[in-house]
Amino acid sequence: MGKKSLFMSQSAEKIQELKTALHSFHLSNGGKMVPFAGYEMPVQYLEGIMNEHKHVRLKAGIFDVSHMGQFSIKCDEKEYKKLEEIIPIDLSSLKMHQSKYSVLMNKNGGIDDDLIVTKVNDGLNIVLNAACKHNDVKRIHEVINQKNTKLHEDLSLIAFQGPKAASILETLVPGVKDLKFMNGNSYNYDNEKLFINRSGYTGEDGYEISLPNKLVEKFCKKLLEDKDVKLIGLGARDSLRLEAGLCLYGHDLDPKTTPIEGSLSWALSKKHKSERSFLGSEIVLKQIKDGTKKKRVGIKPEKIIAREGSKIFINNEEVGVITSGGFGPSVNGPIAMGYIKTEFAEVGKDVDLEVRGKKHRAKIHTLPFYKKSYVK
Amino acid sequence: MSEKKYSKKHEWVELEGDVATVGITAHAAKQLGDIVFTEVPDKGKKIEAGNEAAVVESVKAASDVYSPIGGEVVETNSSIVSDPSLVNKDPENAGWFFKIKVTNKSEIDTLMNKNDYEKYATENPN
Repeated sequence: MGKKSLFMSQSAEKIQELKTALHSFHLSNGGKMVPFAGYEMPVQYLEGIMNEHKHVRLKAGIFDVSHMGQFSIKCDEKEYKKLEEIIPIDLSSLKMHQSKYSVLMNKNGGIDDDLIVTKVNDGLNIVLNAACKHNDVKRIHEVINQKNTKLHEDLSLIAFQGPKAASILETLVPGVKDLKFMNGNSYNYDNEKLFINRSGYTGEDGYEISLPNKLVEKFCKKLLEDKDVKLIGLGARDSLRLEAGLCLYGHDLDPKTTPIEGSLSWALSKKHKSERSFLGSEIVLKQIKDGTKKKRVGIKPEKIIAREGSKIFINNEEVGVITSGGFGPSVNGPIAMGYIKTEFAEVGKDVDLEVRGKKHRAKIHTLPFYKKSYVK
Repeated sequence: MSEKKYSKKHEWVELEGDVATVGITAHAAKQLGDIVFTEVPDKGKKIEAGNEAAVVESVKAASDVYSPIGGEVVETNSSIVSDPSLVNKDPENAGWFFKIKVTNKSEIDTLMNKNDYEKYATENPN
């Protein structure tokens, strides 16, 4: 047997992976560690991806996402304009404690990273992808004075997701049940400050909790005292987000793909979409007006599991490529996302996917594959 | 029926007359986790020893299953196609993949016995 996996290191040269503050905790809980974005992270625990995935849909799960970048900017409204040149959201219209999904643009109209910005009392908090965070910080320092920013290596980040997450977290941190979706605020636990955001990457209600490294293991143990809580690995995180139709940066989005091609025009502010100039805006605004050659869509294969890189055909003409694909445990079937020539990007359209040299039937599908249950 | 033999790529082979049954080992099934898709070769397909013969996929990964022995496929297991989880439940019996009419029986001598394989699998977990 020979494995071909996203999570297996193919390279012969051994790179020293970084460890999060929960590393030994993962090991003692049966975490199967794999290299991911420069970190050694748990792809699954003893129960496996399928059970972990379903557990999050039914109850509540903890994910260690401390590899992600937690970046803060101390600033006031005067600085917004400079940041909006590279991150096309309307920061002035963002309410206090409100979060927004956005992208870091490059000069070609492509996406250098996708991120979440939250407005806080003394400025902005930004969560960045692990593999991109150091480059992102460099890019942000080109527009914002470095001394007013910080990449918080002293903080861990855990996601706590699932229909039971709110009631369970409320018992530890009173008040979080009242947090609105895509809002974040500071709370206290054990005389330490926590920053909690009601958001996630699973299609379920839940939170992302930023807390000091020294507190994170204790906090996870406390959450795990509830029998409805389990540790969940990156494998299930990937299948959950794919069912929810959410992009994985580096796969579904990259520096050569624009937000319009990525079906993310909703993430750009009205102001940016109409008159406002920003990095790459001449390309992006032209695409809004004239359309794009390709577009990100959901794809539902009839039977076959089509992984990243599978080509999409219509009548033997190559029309696109799969960028994320796998098995959706809650959909109970194969699901995928990919880019297809815009003229074919209509829901219900029949396509063929090439897997191991053979073509297999699939249909363009709406996203998400699994109905979200966010608390508004 | 001869004893089960094991390959370095985590397949098992059981020879009966000149027909060998091939599957993946319990160790491999456990490593893969929840198996959600299998693809077996077409009947009549000729396969050389060590070549790709079938596919097994877990939620996360696709893996090739190689035939440790050469010959012509005479039967495939439709049960693992309709219910791939059977490979997890009973990898070395009901979860077999295909039967192959063996060209050269001596190829089986290059494979490991159960004890040697178990030692090998512990040392080579993937």
